[in-house]
Amino acid sequence: MSYSWPILSTVTFLPLLGALLIGLLRGQDESAFRNARFIALWTTLITFALSLLLWRDFDPVTPQFQFIELRPWLGPISFHMGVDGISMPFVLLTTFLMPLCILASWLAITARVKEYMIAFLVLETLMIGVFTSLDLVMFYLFFEGGLIPMFLIIGIWGGQRRVYASFKFFLFTLAGSLLMLLAIMAIYWEAGTTDIPVLLTHGFPAKMQTWLWFAFLASFAVKLPMWPVHTWLPDAHVEAPTAGSVILAGILLKMGGYGFLRFSIPMFPLASAEFAPLIFALSVVAIVYTSLVALAQEDVKKLIAYSSVAHMGFVTIGVFTLTMQGLQGGIFQMLSHGIVSAALFLCVGVIYDRMHTREIAAFGGLADRMPVYAFCFMVFTLANVGLPGTSGFVGEFLSLTGAFRINTWVAFLATTGIILSAAYALWLYRRIIFGRLEKASLKFITDLTWREVVVMTPLVALTIFFGFYPGPILDASAASVDALIKNFHASLAAAEQARLAFMP
Amino acid sequence: MLQSLHLDLALPEIILAGGAMALLMLGVATKRERGELVLWLAILILGVAGVFVASGSGTATLFDDSFIVDPFARMLKLLTLTGAAVALLMSADYWRAAGGVKFEFPVLILLASTGMMMMISANDLIALYVGLELQSLSLYVIAAFRRNSARSAEAGLKYFVLGALSSGMLLYGASLIYGFTGSTDFATIAAAVQPSGANIGLIFGLVFLMAGFAFKISAVPFHMWTPDVYEGAPTPVTAFFAAAPKLAAMALTVRVLVTAFPAVTIQWQQIVTFLAIASMALGSFAAIGQTNIKRLMAYSSIGHMGYALVGLAAGSAEGVQGVIIYLAIYLVMTLGTFACILAMRREGRMVEDIDALSGLSRTNPMMAFMLAMLLFSLAGIPPLAGFFAKFYVFLAAIHAGLYALAVIGVLLSVVGAYYYLRIVKIMYFDAPAERFEPMQAPLAAVLGVSGLFILLYFVHPAPLVAFAGVAAKSLF
Repeated sequence: MSYSWPILSTVTFLPLLGALLIGLLRGQDESAFRNARFIALWTTLITFALSLLLWRDFDPVTPQFQFIELRPWLGPISFHMGVDGISMPFVLLTTFLMPLCILASWLAITARVKEYMIAFLVLETLMIGVFTSLDLVMFYLFFEGGLIPMFLIIGIWGGQRRVYASFKFFLFTLAGSLLMLLAIMAIYWEAGTTDIPVLLTHGFPAKMQTWLWFAFLASFAVKLPMWPVHTWLPDAHVEAPTAGSVILAGILLKMGGYGFLRFSIPMFPLASAEFAPLIFALSVVAIVYTSLVALAQEDVKKLIAYSSVAHMGFVTIGVFTLTMQGLQGGIFQMLSHGIVSAALFLCVGVIYDRMHTREIAAFGGLADRMPVYAFCFMVFTLANVGLPGTSGFVGEFLSLTGAFRINTWVAFLATTGIILSAAYALWLYRRIIFGRLEKASLKFITDLTWREVVVMTPLVALTIFFGFYPGPILDASAASVDALIKNFHASLAAAEQARLAFMP
Repeated sequence: MLQSLHLDLALPEIILAGGAMALLMLGVATKRERGELVLWLAILILGVAGVFVASGSGTATLFDDSFIVDPFARMLKLLTLTGAAVALLMSADYWRAAGGVKFEFPVLILLASTGMMMMISANDLIALYVGLELQSLSLYVIAAFRRNSARSAEAGLKYFVLGALSSGMLLYGASLIYGFTGSTDFATIAAAVQPSGANIGLIFGLVFLMAGFAFKISAVPFHMWTPDVYEGAPTPVTAFFAAAPKLAAMALTVRVLVTAFPAVTIQWQQIVTFLAIASMALGSFAAIGQTNIKRLMAYSSIGHMGYALVGLAAGSAEGVQGVIIYLAIYLVMTLGTFACILAMRREGRMVEDIDALSGLSRTNPMMAFMLAMLLFSLAGIPPLAGFFAKFYVFLAAIHAGLYALAVIGVLLSVVGAYYYLRIVKIMYFDAPAERFEPMQAPLAAVLGVSGLFILLYFVHPAPLVAFAGVAAKSLF
């Protein structure tokens, strides 16, 4: 179904309108803050509702881009938007998490509330834009533009070492992205366009593919993050305010995985096939090494941050197996991780708001006084471990199935990561929730407020729902993934033909 | 042979020169009381000259081919005039606070602008030198305009001594080129170089010529004067230096290299590549340790000239288009940033410490926001205008196959981003310091316009790119 108005632009740029409204508010008093919060909440809710409309009218049967918008913008670079089965779920994930973020910062943020809400709304526009752009330059604008609000969010509302963390985040990501920018320019001169649907069918010369692939890898590997360029992530996570961590883990990291799916594999199939083992090696190291590192953490947020790196390892393994199971597993794992890790960071936020510490040792025995919290935390911990019946299981299982078909060693080593993740996650849970409540400071800690329950409920529901019925996501992406794999094998076959033809 | 002189082509220059002289007489006649009036009239004259520049069309030459008016010249002239006019506009309050506007200042700016117009339109080595010296001599004087300030006098003197040296080198290069090609006219030089190709004497001349240019655009290794002059000169003068003369000198460099030496592009490409890398590197690294914001802007401008040179290094129409876009956006960013620097006043005195900006986001959120956007834009972060500037120069470099230059360039821009971020950090993350005095209306207007331009450029970027494309094509 098509609309008489550009629904995709509306979803993308509506948050910007909200930001503008907040910018027009006068005064720095409590009533202005209150208005800012409500405007932000309503904007994100309406955006979410609109994206549900998109979801309803989305046709999962075709691998084509839908809700296309095409307008002239900058000569050969046009304003081109659209979604397919790969990007649609990410748009929803973004619009779904944003209202929760706003709610989670309702009382936690008391200083400069207007600026905070503006930063989040601007960030939302930029994140949705990343997933809806169908032009490389436009994509880059959104991809990189997100650095500015995130830098400010970490730097202004962050913790003790916020300056260090925000700089590290900004400069790491910038360095990676700029190499991708050069690759985009090279693509422009090679193909004569930056239009993504056209580029997806453009055959790049084999040698050039390698260079371009590595340039894109530089950007996505930092963003994802992959070992060994993951070091910005724990710092950024630890210092960011709760909602900042949620966005970082929930959506920003997914841009890297999305980039692999959207660009690296379909545009550079030869290089992807050639360097898949490199990705496997880096991912296995990431899974095993960062899981071990997570075991040694004293800080709750840092532990979850390292576990994020490990979980993104499953994504890259799944995606680069280039099998139906692996790719769908990778996509599912990203969405599941988007929900679960976001929820875990929200859980950390809950106790941080009460105790103002993230030291694991400062807690213990919370189950006594916070039963509802203990339940929520348990669901997410188990989903993080990948227990069957939670969304975490589906993604990891599919990724590993895909990996097993390609390389059993990769599958074997990655599976040890699941055991390690059970070790650190359950240990974390035991140290915080179980045991006797002995610390005097915890004697009067209170359970979840109704607002926090409102935030947690949809997350718990989705985690369990997708664990039992992953169909909606898998069905939506099936056609696009299928087309992706077909095109991939077709290009490989064509390259092989060409090689044989040149054989003496 | 007598030919009819189409003086209307040079009307903007004539208006500027005539206006400067008229204002000089007005200033003398009114015994220095009417400095302010002279200043506003000077802005008016710059505006009128701009209108005449904009109303021209096509390509034509004058004075035996030594003076050319083409789309490239028009575009750069408009930018330069804008820079000069806005710098004058921003200076009014500064001089008033410093004890009255002296009428010599606007007159000198007008004379410098005349020189810059001639530089941009120069189509002959002699015309080039005349324009360059007219501009430079005016600049030496205004750098030292605060006679009772030792720092200002030092800045002027330093600029003069080093500038004279560079003029000498430039002249030496020009004479070698004349000796080896038999002409000072760009077209004839180009024709003479064509059959012989590179020859050692010519290359020697070219190198000296470029050393002179590099000094004027403050490219490394001829940049040493920049930080001292920027710091020592009165702040509105620094704003003017950072905006207009850089543009004119860059336009001159582009025109000479592209129209007079197309046959030896391979040779000058190497020099430009070196200048670009060295400038970007020094601009990025040296700025990190600065505590004075004017000095920081000096290093920043060195770095930015490096990026603009990346486009020139491509040696193609796309490259020149990139340079023009870069200069246009750089001009806006610089003027906006200097509007902020000029607004850094406490108790009637200018403060230049970067730390004085701390917590500006609380004491003056609007100024902090605009300055932050300008700084992000200077760092080249999308979707701000500065990104598009860098985009087009690197696009041209990639097309020309200068991959190493492009990779080094973007990596250095990460280093550059660090020091811009540092200022944002001081404004947004640090505890508030004492308030500045309220911003004067002209500064607020300049900051508002430039900030909005930077912020909203991405909405409709096509016209500037198209104009720059037309301007660049006229050189090839």
